[in-house]
Amino acid sequence: MAQATRERTGEVVQPRLGPMGWLRWTWRQLTSMRTALFLLLLLAVGAVPGSIWPQRSINAARTADYIAQHPTLGPWLDRLGFFEVYASPWFAAIYLLLFISLVGCVLPRTRLHWRAMRGTPPRAPQRLERLPAHASAEVAAQPAQVLEVAREALRGKRMRLHAHDEASVSAEKGYLKESGNLVFHLALIFVIIGVAIGHLFGWKGDVIVPVGQTFANTLARYDTFAPGPWVKPENLAPFTVKVDRLDATFEEHVTGRGQFGQPRDFTAHVTTTAKPGATPQHETIQVNHPLELQGATAFLLGNGYAPVVTIRDSKGDVVYSGATPFLAQDNNYKSVGAIKVTGAQPRQLGFSGLFLPTAVIDKETGPSSVFPDAKNPALALTLFEGDLFPGGRPQSVYTLDTSELTQVKQDNGQPLRIWLQPGQTFDLPGDRGSITFDRVDRFAGLSIRHDPGKFLTLGSALLALAGLILSLVVRRRRVFVRVSPGTGGGRTVVSVGGLAKGDDDRLQEVVEGVLAAVERRTGSPA
Amino acid sequence: MTNETLAQYANLSLYSAMAVFTIAMVCWALYLAGMVPSRDTTAVREAELVGAGGAAPAAPLGPEAASADPVPLRARKAAGIGGTMTWLGGLLLLLAVVLRGLSVHRWPLGNMFEFAVMGSMFTVLAFCAWSTRRDLRWLGLFVIAPVLLVLGMAVTVWYTEAAELLPSLRSYWLVIHVTVATLAVAVFTIACAVTCAYLLRDTLQRAGRASLLDRFPAAPAMERLAYGLHIVAFPLWTFTVIAGAIWARQAWGSYWNWDPKEVWTFVIWVVYAAYLHARATSGVSRQVVSYVALAGYACIIINYAVVNVFFVSQHSYSGL
Repeated sequence: MAQATRERTGEVVQPRLGPMGWLRWTWRQLTSMRTALFLLLLLAVGAVPGSIWPQRSINAARTADYIAQHPTLGPWLDRLGFFEVYASPWFAAIYLLLFISLVGCVLPRTRLHWRAMRGTPPRAPQRLERLPAHASAEVAAQPAQVLEVAREALRGKRMRLHAHDEASVSAEKGYLKESGNLVFHLALIFVIIGVAIGHLFGWKGDVIVPVGQTFANTLARYDTFAPGPWVKPENLAPFTVKVDRLDATFEEHVTGRGQFGQPRDFTAHVTTTAKPGATPQHETIQVNHPLELQGATAFLLGNGYAPVVTIRDSKGDVVYSGATPFLAQDNNYKSVGAIKVTGAQPRQLGFSGLFLPTAVIDKETGPSSVFPDAKNPALALTLFEGDLFPGGRPQSVYTLDTSELTQVKQDNGQPLRIWLQPGQTFDLPGDRGSITFDRVDRFAGLSIRHDPGKFLTLGSALLALAGLILSLVVRRRRVFVRVSPGTGGGRTVVSVGGLAKGDDDRLQEVVEGVLAAVERRTGSPA
Repeated sequence: MTNETLAQYANLSLYSAMAVFTIAMVCWALYLAGMVPSRDTTAVREAELVGAGGAAPAAPLGPEAASADPVPLRARKAAGIGGTMTWLGGLLLLLAVVLRGLSVHRWPLGNMFEFAVMGSMFTVLAFCAWSTRRDLRWLGLFVIAPVLLVLGMAVTVWYTEAAELLPSLRSYWLVIHVTVATLAVAVFTIACAVTCAYLLRDTLQRAGRASLLDRFPAAPAMERLAYGLHIVAFPLWTFTVIAGAIWARQAWGSYWNWDPKEVWTFVIWVVYAAYLHARATSGVSRQVVSYVALAGYACIIINYAVVNVFFVSQHSYSGL
């Protein structure tokens, strides 16, 4: 009919698709293997920009620098989401389409596989010699006896058997291949669900705790806190962590390229309580050995120096005393920080500058540190006075907001420079009092995190791996045996055919093995 | 706390291995050269072809092909020496790795240099072990040449003095994660060599040009070999990703940070997953499938040679 139409009009007439038809067509396209393949490759390509351009979620400062250095390209890349690739709509579109495609492919296959597992191997084809692997021979035995022997041989290969008629037997094995394949794909979905749970209900907070101080797990105590959208910060577990000691060792012996001064070990000795009034526990936190707390895990992700200074006014009364963390800027722990003396009279004082664990003064580059351990510690500070917190705006604890501050100068008009080593006191000019560098403590940079989805993700990933191995290692094979009367009485022609899913080098071997077993057991080698 | 003497012996063993591999490479090349039909055999063959009207391209290739072993004696000799030298070089590399490990009292996989040496060792030993089970003489040159190249890069560009590790690398996960990653890369390397040989053979065959590669296994068989290697390497790589995620959670607090190295590891995984899908998709030719596998290996090279050195990453342990 269609042929006749085409001949008459010379055109190809295609069936018209209604809305349902188009939907079905789209679904078919989306769940096809080719689309999945295309989306996979697109996912690979789409992930690459995140490794080339700095990512805001990993390093916001580098991202800002990059945009500042590339005034034309930067904003455009920003608009296209290249600084936040893994949270960008286009990246989400790729993986969501991929997972829809996956679900649309895996669910029907699961149904089919379920049926195949409960069903029987299919009927043996009439002409086994047309199968990819085939062998036949004539043996001296009755057809029924030959089939019985063939069944034994196939059962020995742990194949599932079924006879659809008197003259044949069908056998199949390797259902685990498809089971593994489906488990792999379904487990991937659960990996994503685990990631999503971690994102929604997880939180992380970073805090700097100088040695001797105690951290209590409340929102206000964190330096930065990043909760998932569905986290209630008021429900944080009320544990405390006191840092008793921080051990740090650095490479002092090997002087090869890139080795001298490398960190070798960091250990924080801490005392924890699960809740107020609970028995204190002595624990350690090391790099690679986080501390499991109630409902959270504490990681030692940073460390540095907190010089302890005492500042007195002109009458000798203490107006500031304590450990002030300075943030390391390079591998030799040249650190920057600020000391904000809000209690100073008549004007507030702000010290800003460097802490150098092993200080040297270079004629050209100025003060710097040549080794990360505190071998020759020094503070290099400048002094400001005025209003430390103009307008009460939030500001970094490591820098001064100098908009309402004036720098204190020496008599010769140069800015005042203070150089202090432990135990030294510097008298501030103009009756402003004095600053004493008592000693230097270390601080621990703790990151405290909670991820309720991690075990689901890990378990699913391991399940996916197991499924993957099964799907790649197990071979799905069908073997059919058909018998027909041979020449003369008491002889039977036995024909064995094999069919495999995908490539199977050994299929012919298996088929010949079955035939050989039949011949051996009927006592008639070819 | 490093033992300088042992480190020097390790380097000595490494240089010896490189010298031995050079001999092995020449032998494998001689083997392939010996497989080329000599001029008079070619003449015979042409005469045969003319006689048969050019209708028998699969006809026996001269008198030698007619005998029981089609490989000429000099080629067999070269392959014998090549095989022995490859074993010897592999064992010398093993010695270099062990001595390096003893000299630094830790698992010798702490920087790019050590990674390159152990990866080369796994590649060579895997090739040797595999060659005991089937005739892989045709593959020798394709494996030893890149290994020698990588070792050359290792001793010149990536060399790092024997030393202890950064605290974040001190974990038994280093042994698990990085060793399996190295092993996976080694298997991917052999798979890539087979894939390259397959594509070369297939292209020449299609162009109708007789070549040395006609003496290699049939093109479909080579492609199946490459697939067999890839399905060994892919689960290893999957395990690498999972073990890396567990370690990342221990060391950095989060199991996945989209660090450049993680991104590229993920990209490699996805590209090889695409390879497996492409191979299972009807209508995608085996040539196209093989190019996807080569793209995956290109990503491995980028992940190692570019990301380690040039990208800002938490995985910056290259020691450079």
